[in-house]
Amino acid sequence: MNTTTGSPQAAIAPRGLATASGLALMLAAASVLLLLAGLAAGSDGWSLAWADEWTLLRDIRAPRSIGAWLAGALLGFAGAVAQGLFRNPLADPYLLGSAAGAGLGVVLVLAAGSAAGASIGLATAGALLQVGLVGAAFIGALAGVTLTLLLAGGAGRPLSLLLCGVVVGVLLTAVSDLVMLVSPEAMRGKQIFLLGTTGFLGWHSALVLGCVLAVVLPAAMRVSRALDALVLGEASAASLGVPLQQVRLLLVAVMAMATGAAVAQAGMIAFVGLVAPHLVRRCVTVAHGPLLALSAMAGGVLLLAGDIAARTLVAPQELPVGVLTAVLGGIYLLVLLRRRHA
Amino acid sequence: MTLAPVAAPLEATGLCVTLDGRRVLDDVSISLAAGQWTAIVGPNGAGKSTLLSVLAGLRRPDSGAVLAGGARIDTLAPRERARRIAWLAQQGEADGDLAVRDIVALGRLPHQGLFGTPDAEDRRAVDLALEATGATAFAARRLGELSGGERQRALLARVLAVQAPVVLLDEPTTHLDAPHQRAVLCCITGLVRQQVAVAVVLHDLTLALAADRVVVMAHGRVHAAGHPDDPALHAALADVFEQAISIERIDGRDGTRWVAVPSP
Repeated sequence: MNTTTGSPQAAIAPRGLATASGLALMLAAASVLLLLAGLAAGSDGWSLAWADEWTLLRDIRAPRSIGAWLAGALLGFAGAVAQGLFRNPLADPYLLGSAAGAGLGVVLVLAAGSAAGASIGLATAGALLQVGLVGAAFIGALAGVTLTLLLAGGAGRPLSLLLCGVVVGVLLTAVSDLVMLVSPEAMRGKQIFLLGTTGFLGWHSALVLGCVLAVVLPAAMRVSRALDALVLGEASAASLGVPLQQVRLLLVAVMAMATGAAVAQAGMIAFVGLVAPHLVRRCVTVAHGPLLALSAMAGGVLLLAGDIAARTLVAPQELPVGVLTAVLGGIYLLVLLRRRHA
Repeated sequence: MTLAPVAAPLEATGLCVTLDGRRVLDDVSISLAAGQWTAIVGPNGAGKSTLLSVLAGLRRPDSGAVLAGGARIDTLAPRERARRIAWLAQQGEADGDLAVRDIVALGRLPHQGLFGTPDAEDRRAVDLALEATGATAFAARRLGELSGGERQRALLARVLAVQAPVVLLDEPTTHLDAPHQRAVLCCITGLVRQQVAVAVVLHDLTLALAADRVVVMAHGRVHAAGHPDDPALHAALADVFEQAISIERIDGRDGTRWVAVPSP
């Protein structure tokens, strides 16, 4: 990936950091360009007459684009945490029951909301309901991952962990289905929710997503060297005096919080969390600290690009961005698996 | 006037460990002296790795105690324990996309703590460890891209970077070819020169017989312990390996060496 430099000193010096900041710059530039494209992309083609469409830009396209970037960033971040925490490059926050848990939390709140006779139209949802949904999605995601960890007897065996994640996912989804049978109102809301769409992201959503990212990213980066130590194996990390129990709890919590917030605001958006850290690792050799930040940026770029594509590919119709990322991410994962076997 | 006796860098007495109803360690006592390397040998299942993980404070014994520099290790804070005892796991567990230099820098975690940032001393310790293991040349490469020998040197450098007075290595030479085995041995003797107390679990008896002291384990007990020249030790080795090997003497230019050869 990099040209080899002459002296051994130069070869071991902060070369990784240099390329990491290079990648960070590129991702930042891509983010800005995509944000501009996001402002210009409309249902009737690209438009640069921003002065005429100021209200539209301010109230719809700007929060939607920023929100999409932030949701993608949370997913990319959560994926990087999951892959480090579970020592598995194919780990994805969704595979560990957090998404199904978040989905169940959302369904329960929607059902409770409809039972109470409250209006739960998503576009008009008030701040209170937003917070309630994020909270429910967060608790659901945490519960899903915790259940997976309990069933797998800890995070030590990646394969059984992933299998338990699948089981928990199926179980919690089944419970969601059951709740929706009882409360058809929740079903409608859930379908919009879990489809994976960035169409409803307003300033409230962007604010919530931004706040969550501002909390979880620095928190995880602060303990990122524990993820580095886990590369050596659990026992070796413990032999270095790393407080694994506490760190793991913190990381599972931030991962669940990031996933929960993203799902609550934008629904189930597939593969961004899995793919973003992979792309970063393909480009640079970095420790987990920079990896977490770069994965967040890459996730933001991926989802915002996906959002713009979803808006423009079949305009004036709109694709749900979750469908788009599922198709593209699935293809990427297949290629990745084939390459691993080869 | 006599000086107060200096506490051994690592001393364990009466260690017992039971796993799934099986006595894995049965009343094991062992003492590691500064500037000496101890080879721990024995057949598979003798309890060697368990002993090492108990000595490293990673597994709590059912009874018995481990003292590091006179202090019970279960009373030490994890970071303090990690500064006193460096431990290298058996091969195969470490895996990932981290650069070798970042791996080695993990050896400074006990000094920095999770939130600390490396200072000049940390960077120097990492450089020294990379140099001592000959890993400087591939310090920027990823662990997953290395050959078996390079990988083991990188992981050994991580242990050296701790600069602990006690170093415990679990089968550091397994799966390595002769030059890489020799490189690992050179690192060990380098540590010994720096007055580190080293204990190494080894499968290769000939390598073990180059140690200052050999501890022979069988069925969770210390079967024998002594200097590699000791005929009683040789008899004990033949005994625990069911007479499948014998110890032969080679007189070379640089003195006497002992080799383990398969019995006919």
